[in-house]
Amino acid sequence: MIFIHTRRTLIAIAALGLVLAVAPTMAQEDRSIVVASTTSTQDSGLFDYLLPIIKQKTGITVKVVAQGTGQALDTARRGDADVVFVHAKAEELKFLAEGESLKRYPVMYNDFVLLGPKNDPAGVAGMKDIGHALRGIKDRRASFISRGDRSGTHVAELALWKDTGIDIDTEKGSWYKSIGQGMGAALNTASASNAYVLCDRATWLHFRNKGELQIAVEGDRRMFNQYGVMLVNPDKHPNVKKLLGQEFINYLISPAGQNDIANYEIDGQPLFYPNANQAGA
Amino acid sequence: MSVRTSSSDLPIRFLDVDIVAGDVTILDRLSINISPGAPTVLIGPNGSGKTTFLRAAMGLIAPSGGRITWGGREVSVPTRRAILLQRPVMLRRSAAGNIRYALAAAGVPRADHEQRVTKLLSLVGLQGLEGRPARRLSGGEQQRLSLARALARDPAVLFLDEPTASLDPAATKMIEDIVRAVSAGGVKIVMATHDLGEAKRLAGDVVLLHRGRMVETGPVDLFFAAPTTREAKRFIAGELLI
Amino acid sequence: MPDNVSAFHLLLTGDPTLFAIVRLSLLVSLSAGLIAALIGVPLGALIALTAFRGRELTIVVLNALMGLPPVVVGLTVYLMLSRSGPLGSWGLLFTPEAMVVAQALLVTPIIAALTRQTIEDLWVEYRDELAAMNVGPWRRVRTLIWDARFSLVTALLAGFGRAAAEVGAIIIVGGNIEGFTRTMTTAIALETSKGNLALAIGLGTVLMIVVVLVSGLAWAARRAGERFAG
Repeated sequence: MIFIHTRRTLIAIAALGLVLAVAPTMAQEDRSIVVASTTSTQDSGLFDYLLPIIKQKTGITVKVVAQGTGQALDTARRGDADVVFVHAKAEELKFLAEGESLKRYPVMYNDFVLLGPKNDPAGVAGMKDIGHALRGIKDRRASFISRGDRSGTHVAELALWKDTGIDIDTEKGSWYKSIGQGMGAALNTASASNAYVLCDRATWLHFRNKGELQIAVEGDRRMFNQYGVMLVNPDKHPNVKKLLGQEFINYLISPAGQNDIANYEIDGQPLFYPNANQAGA
Repeated sequence: MSVRTSSSDLPIRFLDVDIVAGDVTILDRLSINISPGAPTVLIGPNGSGKTTFLRAAMGLIAPSGGRITWGGREVSVPTRRAILLQRPVMLRRSAAGNIRYALAAAGVPRADHEQRVTKLLSLVGLQGLEGRPARRLSGGEQQRLSLARALARDPAVLFLDEPTASLDPAATKMIEDIVRAVSAGGVKIVMATHDLGEAKRLAGDVVLLHRGRMVETGPVDLFFAAPTTREAKRFIAGELLI
Repeated sequence: MPDNVSAFHLLLTGDPTLFAIVRLSLLVSLSAGLIAALIGVPLGALIALTAFRGRELTIVVLNALMGLPPVVVGLTVYLMLSRSGPLGSWGLLFTPEAMVVAQALLVTPIIAALTRQTIEDLWVEYRDELAAMNVGPWRRVRTLIWDARFSLVTALLAGFGRAAAEVGAIIIVGGNIEGFTRTMTTAIALETSKGNLALAIGLGTVLMIVVVLVSGLAWAARRAGERFAG
């Protein structure tokens, strides 16, 4: 007797569980898009701020899947996202050239800063030239944390080494630690091991575990970090929600959207500078 | 109740039965008949094949050589036979639950369960212990419950493998009384025992097994008063150990 | 979720984001656990009770699968459910359903392997007796599963606990999307990467409480079982 009722109850709970799990997603099916973006952008808190505004203004529910830039572009290449929003121009142009998108729109920029321990073992704090600073770090074999994950930040870091004339692949030593993780993890690691690390300013301002880290070098033109947004090519991936995706992009580059981006601040400091209208961005 | 015979399993005939396990011959060209009537008690030293004989007669083991027939049939569904194993295992249920299980396995309709459970529990003297978890019963109580489980099948033949081996005298007497009552009710008892006194108390016929062979058989009084074979004499004198 | 507020504050003020996250964690892991049970228990019982060629190897493999790395499962399911993958047209990627699937795959071997061991042990005990009562194969299976139910429940709770605590698989197939596929574990991963270590630890504590409750349930089930069946 009891056995039968237990069985029925279990089946009922299972069914209920599955229904409850499915129900919420079904409700949102209609006006939603998947945006592949980066962990740095997510860690900066921009989406927490911007998405409710977008929902209110356009009714679109934006689902952000945050990965490294390389991963985000790959996700889009597989057709698993409607829009891609990253900050690695060279990679984005390659994406365009592959026909994975039809148009790239610049949105905003922020800059990278070189963070380092307060006691500055490489003696580079306050330098204006990022090249000199990197060379100093290498020469003094000071601990340096690299994202190592094909992210926009990682790509920028590699470009800076190259620009300085250092072939980091062959010239690195045990002082150079490639962790293959996101910005937050890189900052945690740098903070815990008194190392230098390249970071986007937005994430740094937003980061809560600064420890002994401080900004060592900033302001060099080469540390400029441009964000671009692209609609995934609907001809290649028919499942892409092109109308909603384009509406999302249109909002970002509209005066209202650009204004909203400019208003995102931490401790009175803006994290991003909108530049959708800047030629060649 | 009268002795059950028609379309019954009796007589059970072993015709030159061999049962071999690996290299070991457990039953060796054993020929024996189990006929309806008073209890047949098997005696013999350890390893003589008593347990294997009972299991084979129940139908749990097939012979490697020779034939076993039940009421003349070589294939027989064991619905009217039951066996109480040497170390009975209590199911993880209550006492009543164990009996209900045996009833269900025997195909007794659910509606009859309550009544049969009550009857069987009082038959073995466990009334009042319906709800007790069977594993929490004492050794003697578990043995009696196993007996009740076997009887739940309403068998015409009941095999018992040393049912009182691990019990104290009081518990032993209880089991023997039940066996006597069941036998008087018309069930054929086939029982193995280590206890010669028990054999004398319960048997109609005695069968002495030694190394898988039947050494001697006969009515109980005759067997003990005038054993004919040397092994029987030595066994009765307590000298035949293996 | 606000950054510099403690997890307990969120708990006490009934923060909707936190509760949504806890709710999703429970739903995903419970659903996965139930599916794993529906597949794993019969499968384990079947392996325990039938002789077939390659049985020993199957058992070794099944036991080994208990240690399936979550990231590997996550990656595999991701590639299956991706739009460019074989099941892409189902559109299941980045949904709670995908998370349930990934966790079910992780947990089923655990439940199957534990069931197999439990049923086999009980079968060794019950074998003679069930043969003596002339119990047929179907009744045999039902009896073993019923009589072993307390140990099986423990196995189920072990499976659930594993699902509730993992992050590697669900963060890949779910995408950790705020409001949709963010669970306790993926939220902890996120807050850690944002440097909100205090909040991350707080969330971790809430998760631990859930896991301890589950473990407590398992213990209570065993105790009740022992008391009843002796």
